[in-house]
Amino acid sequence: MSLLDYTAVELAAKIKAGETTATEAMEAVIAQIEKSEDELNCYVTFDKEKALAAAKKADEDIKAGKLTGPLAGVPFAIKDNMCTEGMLTTCSSKILGNFVPTYTADAVVRLQNAGAVIIGKTNMDEFAMGSTTETSAFGATKNPRNPEHVPGGSSGGSAAAVAANECFAALGSDTGGSIRQPASYCGVVGLKPTYGTVSRYGLIAYGSSLDQIGPLCKDVTDCATIMEAIAGKDDKDSTSIGRDDYSFTKALVDDVKGMRIGIPRDYFGEGLDPEVKEAVLNAAKVLESKGAIVEEFDLSLVEYAIPTYYTIAAAEASSNLERFDGVKYGYRTKEYEGLHNMYKKTRSEGFGPEVKRRIMLGSFVLSSGYYDAYYLKALRVKALIKKAFDEAFAKYDVILGPVAPTTAPKLGSSLSDPIKMYLGDIYTISVNLAGLPGLSVPCGKDKNGLPIGLQLIGDCFKENNLIRAGYAYEQARGRFE
Amino acid sequence: MKDYEVVIGLEVHVELATKTKIFCGCSTEFGGAPNSHTCPVCTGMPGSLPVLNKKVVEYAAAVGLATNCTITQDCKFDRKNYFYPDNPQNYQISQLYLPICRNGHVDVKLADGTEKTIRIHEIHMEEDAGKLIHDEWEGVSYVDYNRSGVPLIEIVSEPDMRSAEEVIAYLTKLRTTIQYLGASDCKLQEGSMRADVNLSVRERGSSEFGTRTETKNLNSFAAIERAIKAETARQIDLIEAGEKVVQETRRWNDDKEYSYAMRSKEDAQDYRYFPDPDLVPIHISDEYLAELKAKQPEFKDEKKARYMEEFELPEYDAEILTDSKKFTEIFEEATAICNQPKKVSNWIMGETMRLMKEESAKTGREFRAEELTFSPASLAKIITLVEKKEINNAAAKEIFEHVFAENVDVDAYVEEHGLKQVNDEGALRATVEKVIADNPQSVADYKGGKKQAIGYLVGQTMKAMQGKANPGMVNALLQELLK
Repeated sequence: MSLLDYTAVELAAKIKAGETTATEAMEAVIAQIEKSEDELNCYVTFDKEKALAAAKKADEDIKAGKLTGPLAGVPFAIKDNMCTEGMLTTCSSKILGNFVPTYTADAVVRLQNAGAVIIGKTNMDEFAMGSTTETSAFGATKNPRNPEHVPGGSSGGSAAAVAANECFAALGSDTGGSIRQPASYCGVVGLKPTYGTVSRYGLIAYGSSLDQIGPLCKDVTDCATIMEAIAGKDDKDSTSIGRDDYSFTKALVDDVKGMRIGIPRDYFGEGLDPEVKEAVLNAAKVLESKGAIVEEFDLSLVEYAIPTYYTIAAAEASSNLERFDGVKYGYRTKEYEGLHNMYKKTRSEGFGPEVKRRIMLGSFVLSSGYYDAYYLKALRVKALIKKAFDEAFAKYDVILGPVAPTTAPKLGSSLSDPIKMYLGDIYTISVNLAGLPGLSVPCGKDKNGLPIGLQLIGDCFKENNLIRAGYAYEQARGRFE
Repeated sequence: MKDYEVVIGLEVHVELATKTKIFCGCSTEFGGAPNSHTCPVCTGMPGSLPVLNKKVVEYAAAVGLATNCTITQDCKFDRKNYFYPDNPQNYQISQLYLPICRNGHVDVKLADGTEKTIRIHEIHMEEDAGKLIHDEWEGVSYVDYNRSGVPLIEIVSEPDMRSAEEVIAYLTKLRTTIQYLGASDCKLQEGSMRADVNLSVRERGSSEFGTRTETKNLNSFAAIERAIKAETARQIDLIEAGEKVVQETRRWNDDKEYSYAMRSKEDAQDYRYFPDPDLVPIHISDEYLAELKAKQPEFKDEKKARYMEEFELPEYDAEILTDSKKFTEIFEEATAICNQPKKVSNWIMGETMRLMKEESAKTGREFRAEELTFSPASLAKIITLVEKKEINNAAAKEIFEHVFAENVDVDAYVEEHGLKQVNDEGALRATVEKVIADNPQSVADYKGGKKQAIGYLVGQTMKAMQGKANPGMVNALLQELLK
């Protein structure tokens, strides 16, 4: 068994036991990156020497007893929309192509405090806008399971890096499914925590009221361990919510007896690939056989989630992205006449077409005369969607369904039809609108060998229900190859 | 010409006196090298997030209570989107939908003795922008974000004012009230209080408003008065000439006493306001509101009435003292010690204000009451020493100058400079006798009926005793010996 086959938690235990070192682990990762990165393009920034130096430093600190965290010495990849002091942070956009932050995102600081060693920054859809990692200004990332297919997005680089063993685990961010969907497409585990659980300080905002950072990793045990490292109340983020108990690993129990699991009929209707449907329902049967009480129900309002999401996320994005103007940092157009022309040319040249589309959409729904009809109405629908989930969680501990209607599409087949791409988010975005936690766990493959993901959705602050169900399912499923 | 009436509403920006900025921990201190009071938040770095300074809510709500507003107990911040380099995020965090205070009013007294109520539409909280520095020589512009994120409140009045006098009365009232709260120093020259004037004219008796303009860049009460007069005249001229007033924003140039149009309503931007998702709604509890109400100080009008009643000060004194919170603090503290309210008042309105004027003339910049640092206890001490005839008035003035400038210890100074008044009749008599002997001409003049000659002899005696002689006793002795 190669070092690369270990999960993050297994590797940390080996390092702790003195059976291997952070440097050896990093060398193995680097060898893998050198082998597959040319084809896959998981990273925007990868500096071999810096990564090795960081691993060596970690070994010294471990030896000196200074680095004792649960992830001590484990090489991690970070999505390129989280600020890292002194390390390029681009959001996969030309407009931030030269941006080096002066500070590190809170979640990354916490991860480093737990012992993680940063390898580099992973590719993504530009400003997290997209579902395929094809809108990146630095080329598409390819799915390691089948390089003719996309890895999903927007955290496609992180998901692909985990699946390709180009890291042991990674951080991603999820605004409408950007962790769960690529996890599903690449056959790895991904969790979008309850809104407010992981600090957004240092995460370059897309849709501020929806964005959450979370782990992409090899199994549910890693997922719970990483969550313990990155979750926590942060005074620098006003939307951060404190909780009494931050123990996630205590939910790693192979026992779902009596757990009430609801299957929304609305998630299994038209548009769902039959192979995906079958794999997901089989997973439900596995949990049922382990003692969970599984039943179908009607969630309602599902068809409103997509327009609601694209109204709110685009509105917030149109404002969040105003700061990229060529004045203070990032790209500035070469030639211009006056301020207005500088703004116009910088932003026209600096943003890609999908980002421009969402800025225009967002500006429109916030503009005078349309605000009430679009933005305000979307906020009202959002509240109704939350209410529908509240009602469901009065009956169920976990809602179970697919992550995406299909497995990973072929490269180049999505961007020509944005509406179709948006519809692919149907099962993930309502989770963000309601602020809920959602876990994606691999549950099978289609006939082409592409992974299928099972989505477990919980009530706010109930990540542990998802971790318990996901862990129990994994025990029955066995290693996902 | 028809009879016109001017209609004015004000938008007043007040910089709050918090130590740190509204959404980050950076200092609000004035000055400092460019961009030395900045961090990722107030420079709009990617990924940074605002966290509300609670002191801002406290000050804003306190001003609202003092101006009879209803406090919005569940309020929130909105983003005002517009591109300009002084605004690092290209949106300003402000309040549109749920401002913290609404529906208030202040009552002002006019010169003719009448009272008038000016209604306040709303008060909202927002962040200030940075400053652009244009280098014409190099043809480049720089941005200094030291002011970016400094907390402001904007007080929006209803169009209730009908003259420059009413505007000044309203602004003065606001300024004193806010200064009493300690919520701002309200310096117009330094920009910690700024007033934009919305003005229109109409035929007297008309119930319709005319088209209004907004005039900006008014840096003193005098400039506001001049701008109001000029804009009123400009609009009347237009109407009389059969032209239309254009709704626009105008910039006042006080040197040229002229305003020019900055932008018209046609290029008014759509700010695309929406609730800032980075900030959570603010809840002001009943308990907190009650606490704030209980903490409201005694404001000018009540204080003035009390000074007249309790300390029997003339209205003139009470009016001047209560104009400045600092004066009232000095007055109340010194009076509590020496129990001589009228004397304390005289010292403030006399010597203190004289020295302030001198200081202003020396520096070419107005020396404000808030800058006074002398100890009221020292003033009380001086008054007591004079009262007990331990020092005379000349010595008192000399000591006070040093108290004013450097807060010297009064007793030590009297001791060190031998300023104790000589009340010893024996010593005084000896000196007076010598002065009489040395000045036969003056003595002759006095005896010859020129009674004012005694003044010269008093002066000579004081001089001989280095100013320490008890002047009353010297006078009495001279009169006795020259009989």
